[in-house]
Amino acid sequence: MKVEDLYQEIILDHYRAKHHSGLRDPFDAEVHHVNPTCGDELTLRVRLTDGVVGDVSYEGVGCSISQASTSVMSDLVIGKPPDDGLELHEEFLSMMQSKGVGEPDEDRLEDAIAFAGVARFPARVKCALLGWSAFKDAVLRAGVEQTTKGTS
Amino acid sequence: MTVAASLPRSGTAPTATMGEQIPFDVDHLRADFPILGREVEGRPLVYLDSANTSHKPRCVVEAMEDHYLHHNANVARAMHALGGEATAAFEGGRQQIADFIGAERPEEVIFTKNASEALNLCAHTLGSRVGPGDEIVISVMEHHSNIVPWQLLAERTGATLRWFDVNEDGRLDLVGAASEGLINERTKIVSITYVSNVLGTVNPVSEIVSLAHAVGATVVVDASQAVPQLPVDVTLLGADLVAFTGHKMVGPTGIGVLWGRYDLLAELPPFLGGGEMIEVVTMAGSTFATPPHRFEAGTPPIAQAIGLGTAAGYLSAIGMDAIAAHEQEITAYALDGLKTVPGLRILGPREPVDRGGAVSFTLPDVHPHDVSQLLDSRGIAVRGGHHCARPLHHRFGVQSSTRASFYLYTTKAEIDALVDGLGYTQRFFGGGR
Repeated sequence: MKVEDLYQEIILDHYRAKHHSGLRDPFDAEVHHVNPTCGDELTLRVRLTDGVVGDVSYEGVGCSISQASTSVMSDLVIGKPPDDGLELHEEFLSMMQSKGVGEPDEDRLEDAIAFAGVARFPARVKCALLGWSAFKDAVLRAGVEQTTKGTS
Repeated sequence: MTVAASLPRSGTAPTATMGEQIPFDVDHLRADFPILGREVEGRPLVYLDSANTSHKPRCVVEAMEDHYLHHNANVARAMHALGGEATAAFEGGRQQIADFIGAERPEEVIFTKNASEALNLCAHTLGSRVGPGDEIVISVMEHHSNIVPWQLLAERTGATLRWFDVNEDGRLDLVGAASEGLINERTKIVSITYVSNVLGTVNPVSEIVSLAHAVGATVVVDASQAVPQLPVDVTLLGADLVAFTGHKMVGPTGIGVLWGRYDLLAELPPFLGGGEMIEVVTMAGSTFATPPHRFEAGTPPIAQAIGLGTAAGYLSAIGMDAIAAHEQEITAYALDGLKTVPGLRILGPREPVDRGGAVSFTLPDVHPHDVSQLLDSRGIAVRGGHHCARPLHHRFGVQSSTRASFYLYTTKAEIDALVDGLGYTQRFFGGGR
């Protein structure tokens, strides 16, 4: 397992230039998630407009994996119905829990496919999930009912 | 022959034996630590995480193995031959620790499961002596294990928790403390670290003891990072209670130590209740054993005490002065090397004066977890995060840091590997991979 498999170029690109970064108004829900083992912190806001995720804005401190994953997630879910965003969360979570086996759906996950290698570094899986978990929490708090299966 | 005297068995490696001083030779003593011969990612392991936990010499593991395989029994209750051997070995471990830290008598040495439990023991048993209006003093550089028990005690009793600040060099701000009257007639407990696990700062404990004792306060010292790397004499130190852990001083996990002045221990109430800590139990009430057994409810960490005693013997044979000198030399070399890394910020003293062998730092634009991951890909083990000292990181305006920490087996070549690895890390994240 080489470290280059973990740090895909896409991840480093997102880390160096995060998409949708910063906290913006208006928003329908704001959440603050922390990773107590490493201290990574993320404040994330979700705005729902016309039945889709109108905006995801965020501010946080954390490693390249958590920051890039949040950036990629925001690209993926903005403009999609919130249900679809929650389904993407489930698919991303499955990929992270796969320990590196199985074929994630690149058409669905797009740039997030770059995090497949993270699944083989168990200590870093929680980093990749921080932004996604915050997004799910924010969407649910904004009043969207979860229709997808899964508990996390 | 007693069991303790038969330990440690000599292995195939050149193992130090007790009572015999050997010249300090890092390459020679590395052979006592089989794990240091390992490879990670096809490269030799470079272990720079000894402030987290140290490695174990063969003699420590063999002493525990010998106990389990040939002498195993419960202590102080079994009336058979094995029980006698196990008890002698366990109490022998206590004596070795007492000798190692300069305790006046072995009854001053209490075995706990780790330093955290030892500090919680202090907070609980001293709790009967504080109330509303009283003050407990700690410092902002404490490990969470020397913050949270006192926060809980303050909440429970209505006492006020106060703390020493640090200056930009990572030294305790004694001047600021004096001007704000931090230690005063309301101060009942002062609990302070001897050596910071993040900054490496060696605190002027004796000076703080004088200040505290002048107002009648009890002094607790967290010596978890001190006992492994400095000669520590608890009697000379002057504190009332001193906590440390086994696994950072080449001993096993699962055992910590609380040393206390005997007359103080004799006054303190029990901590955990259970077997072996009692004198007489009736359904109406119980009376309690004398120290140290009053504070050791239940079956203690027997094999661990034997292993820890052997660890103390191993360190003594090498000599704590020699270990401290080596640590000082390696730390000076590391500080010089780290200063050559562009943009690197050292948290804590930048010069090897009153400074232990843990160096925490930040690199611009690279998170400590990414630093440690990249270093790990080269077989270099460091720690990234807040090192259980979040308030201290907050004080320095950073969320986390990377920490390299050294011990008796650390070589200059390993420091060179670290500095090279940090250059590689910077190129990797700077786009020059």
